[in-house]
Amino acid sequence: MDKIRELREEFEQKLAQTSDLALLDKVRVDYLGKKGSITALLKGMKELSNEQKKSFGAEVNKLKGYAAKRIEERVEELRRLETEREIALMPRFDITAPADLTRGSYHPITLVQRQCENIFKSMGFTVEDYPEVVTDYECFESVNIPKHHPARDMQDTYYLTNGQLLKSQTSAAQNAILKKYGKNLKENGVPIKAIFPGRCFRNEATDASHENTFFQMEGMMVDRDISISNLIFFMKTMLSEVFQRDVKVRLRPGFFPFVEPGFELDINCLICGGEGCASCKHSGWLELCPCGMIHPNVLREGGIDPDEYTGFAFGLGLTRLAMMEYKIKDIRDLNSGSLKALSQFTDDE
Amino acid sequence: MFLSMNWISDFVDLSGLDKQELIRQFSLSTAEVENDIFFKGSDISGIVVAEIKSVENHPESKKLHLLKVDIGSDELIDVVCGAPNVRVGMKTAFAKVGAQIGDITIAPRKLAGFTSNGMCCGEAEIGISDDNSGIMEITDDIPNGTDLKSVYEIDDIVFEVDNKSLTNRPDLWGHYGIAREFAALAGRPLKPLDTEDLTAFDSLPKVDLRIEDPLCYRYSCLQVENIKRGISPVNMRIRLYYCGMRAINFLADLTNYLMLEMGQPMHAFDSRKVGKIRIKRFEKPFVFQTLDGVERNIDENTLMICNGDTPVAIAGIMGGLDSEIVDDTTTLTLESATFDAASIRKSTVRLAHRTDASMRYEKSLDPELTDVAIARFLNLLKKYDSGAVVVSALTDEYAFRYDTVELNFTKAFVDRYTGIEIDNETIVKTLQSLGFKVSVDNDTFDVVVPSWRATKDVTMNADIIEEITRIYGYDNFEIHTTRSPLYPVRMDEVKRNEEKIKDILVKRYSLHELHSYVWAYYDELKALGIPVEDNIRLLNATNPNIETIRNSMIPTQLCQVKTNVGYAPDFGIFEVGRVVTGMTEDDLCVEKKMLAVTLYSKTREVKELYFALRDMLAVITDDIKHRALDFAAAEPAHSYEHPVNLNTILLDGKAIGTIGIVHPNVGKKIDKKAAIVFAEVDMQAFADVENASIVYAEPSKFPPMDYDISVVIPKGVLFADMAKCWKNEGKGILKSAKVVDSYNTETFHSETIRFEFSSNERTLSSNEVQEIMDAVIANLKEIDVKLR
Repeated sequence: MDKIRELREEFEQKLAQTSDLALLDKVRVDYLGKKGSITALLKGMKELSNEQKKSFGAEVNKLKGYAAKRIEERVEELRRLETEREIALMPRFDITAPADLTRGSYHPITLVQRQCENIFKSMGFTVEDYPEVVTDYECFESVNIPKHHPARDMQDTYYLTNGQLLKSQTSAAQNAILKKYGKNLKENGVPIKAIFPGRCFRNEATDASHENTFFQMEGMMVDRDISISNLIFFMKTMLSEVFQRDVKVRLRPGFFPFVEPGFELDINCLICGGEGCASCKHSGWLELCPCGMIHPNVLREGGIDPDEYTGFAFGLGLTRLAMMEYKIKDIRDLNSGSLKALSQFTDDE
Repeated sequence: MFLSMNWISDFVDLSGLDKQELIRQFSLSTAEVENDIFFKGSDISGIVVAEIKSVENHPESKKLHLLKVDIGSDELIDVVCGAPNVRVGMKTAFAKVGAQIGDITIAPRKLAGFTSNGMCCGEAEIGISDDNSGIMEITDDIPNGTDLKSVYEIDDIVFEVDNKSLTNRPDLWGHYGIAREFAALAGRPLKPLDTEDLTAFDSLPKVDLRIEDPLCYRYSCLQVENIKRGISPVNMRIRLYYCGMRAINFLADLTNYLMLEMGQPMHAFDSRKVGKIRIKRFEKPFVFQTLDGVERNIDENTLMICNGDTPVAIAGIMGGLDSEIVDDTTTLTLESATFDAASIRKSTVRLAHRTDASMRYEKSLDPELTDVAIARFLNLLKKYDSGAVVVSALTDEYAFRYDTVELNFTKAFVDRYTGIEIDNETIVKTLQSLGFKVSVDNDTFDVVVPSWRATKDVTMNADIIEEITRIYGYDNFEIHTTRSPLYPVRMDEVKRNEEKIKDILVKRYSLHELHSYVWAYYDELKALGIPVEDNIRLLNATNPNIETIRNSMIPTQLCQVKTNVGYAPDFGIFEVGRVVTGMTEDDLCVEKKMLAVTLYSKTREVKELYFALRDMLAVITDDIKHRALDFAAAEPAHSYEHPVNLNTILLDGKAIGTIGIVHPNVGKKIDKKAAIVFAEVDMQAFADVENASIVYAEPSKFPPMDYDISVVIPKGVLFADMAKCWKNEGKGILKSAKVVDSYNTETFHSETIRFEFSSNERTLSSNEVQEIMDAVIANLKEIDVKLR
């Protein structure tokens, strides 16, 4: 019996000395393994009487159970100590160090163009792509700009040696779009609703506010009963969506060959809200988009009977919009190809 | 163009109305008014008529005079005055003590030892002309002490209309036309012009006149004698000055006044120089001196007014120096004419000489105006110079008449176009107020367009809509959405791809989207040693640096890379833009929309960069098309392409673009230490390949099995060649083959390829896998790829 007590004390000592799980396992094998000290006690029972066997055996089993339990406890404890040690070793990282923001970027025109496209897509407009090199017919003739109109003077338009030209206005796409969707309008009553963003070119000297290459977006809608009232509604809706607020608009008569009546559309100045400031030249209004009811000649040229159908069209300067939205002062930054300037537009919404 | 509210008020009674509000309405309904409105005379008060009773020289000053002036009060006023034109008996403008001139309040003041109790004023000081040579000389018989503002129109509201917004409105180039708009807006009647009856002179001899060129539509003239008046009436001079014109002399002022009033330019010739008026063009160019003294080159397209065969004026632009009114002129010939608008505009551009007259003629003036203008001129002439005598009959050649424009439309047409309800009465009233003749019967309108709107402006029913709605006011429109039926909308495939590609390149690969110009940058390319390749050119580029349209975007991007060296050690740029790659049979440009991507790196090996670019394109293609790309070695065709590493990109067997490494010659000029790779993809060709769909592979419940082989690969054998060796051997259980390791020496190239097998039906046996691999290894041996 003393042996049992001695062994138990010795086991406790050994157990206390274990500093990791490997050592602990060794203690387990030393005492509880097949050749372990406690197991050995059972083997040495042969010499004892049956009665002694019974009581000694019970004591050894008790010790065995006790030892197993103590080992379990020690495992838990060692694990806890190990985690504590791990935590103690972990430094506090300086999360306040500057974040790495390296990532790609969109061109600002892409961003405003997407904003505008999404607004119109949500209203069921198609988005049309159109070439940059067009014919005189596409750019002028088909949109009611007769031969002697000043817009056709050499100084405004880039002509190519083959007689084609770099489109000076997105209106160059009008005729093709009317023709593309006219059949569906006439046969199935599907209204023509299209926007056509694109790069335009004007042969002029560049400075901080003039570029020879810039983006416009034009839109039009043609159906049986499209009215001026509809036009004002769409303009107001579009611009309220673009600027994410309820904008006030006003229309003034404006002369553009491809519309009749034609309008200049102003919005109340976004900077001063209409009070008058330097940005709006103290008028409270910003001239933003030319628009109007599509000229009967333009419809006719597109194969659509102006007595049966009416439509509105509008233009929006995407380049100007991007400059307004991001407060870009020099228009030339947009085509500069400089990543210092253009890598800042990282998000698409 | 500046406009005077006083002048407008001659023709429409606007009393009791808010003038500023009317101007605002005009801006919204007719033409854009510039922001600043000028309240003339508002800073002037207390100026009266004074008569100089005595003039004494100042004892010490040579310039100053001591005056006593009568301003109608009991006592004469002592004034010190420095003007050179003082004399006894002269009447002038006098600022009393307490008067306001701008910011200055007049008070008694010591001047060189004498007290001056007020100030004699020059016209410039009062702001009614720019004459500051002396004090104002008043010749009208006005009692002393009369407030100057009560006799002269010093108080006025002047506003400026943007000329561009009048481009299509020839009728608005004079105050009378503007007054018509104000009358319509205010709902008040427009007064008729006071004119002389010209038929009274029918018995007088006619002027010898013949139009010999169709570019002259109408030519009216009248001869007048015995004009004595030299200086124009004060009010006329004030109006001219407020409207931006300088007073010259009575006759010149009167023609200008007429032009500003009616929009009809007029010209006065010395009758001695125009005995035989002919209007024509000359076959041979010559030099002609205009009345401003400038010699101008006249060509065969320029219409001239001539005396017989001697040119005396450039039609519609400017008179000649030789035929001008001079001091000894006794008889003058007054011209009032209409010419072809486009011809005048072209001549103006050719001569680079734009005048107040040509500006108006360019807008297609109403030919009906010419004789009315003469009748009005005569009315004013007689009013201000009663001795003037008409010595000819009105001589009037009317060669080209515009057709009368008659329009017919229904109420339903107006409703449909406007989208709102405007009643018949409003329509009729509006059109009548603008001078249209209107009759309405059973909701059908018959309209006759007035001549001054019928030269080009109002020709069809849609034009009538504008007339009705602009006066109705767009601010008053009730707005609503359309009633059009809804149909689904399909996105254009190229456009859809473009947006997706941008997102992948920006969001996944951190590339930057840049924009560029569509022409080749000569100077920038030269610096990189890239010759500009011959392509279609601009006919009228003002800058030779941008003359040729580009045939590829890669040179553009290489220039952009050069611009950005130093921005970061690694970056990638892309753009979806246009190129012209050639001409069609019909000599039209073959324009293509391309995606161009260029990567630049100082930290990565060129091979790694090249493969990174390939992976980007592969991911784009897999994302959008669910297809894989192939590559075929390409022969370099451009100076910037690497002779060894250049490939055609193939999608479904079709060439859609190029990928390559930059030629070291060019690369070194950009950055000696960086790797640069590029790719260009034809967006339409890419879109044209049909999209495959995602084929869902159910995950296997059975364990997969990998089989690695290490092989030695001879030079020139590509992975694509090896892939053919297992393409047809997989028996449905070979799922993929990848390079997991490679080992290279100068003479030796080895790769470890891992084959992955799996089946959805059973656990694979090593035998069946081994069988396949044996076949693969045998195939590889055929192309000299051997196990290591």
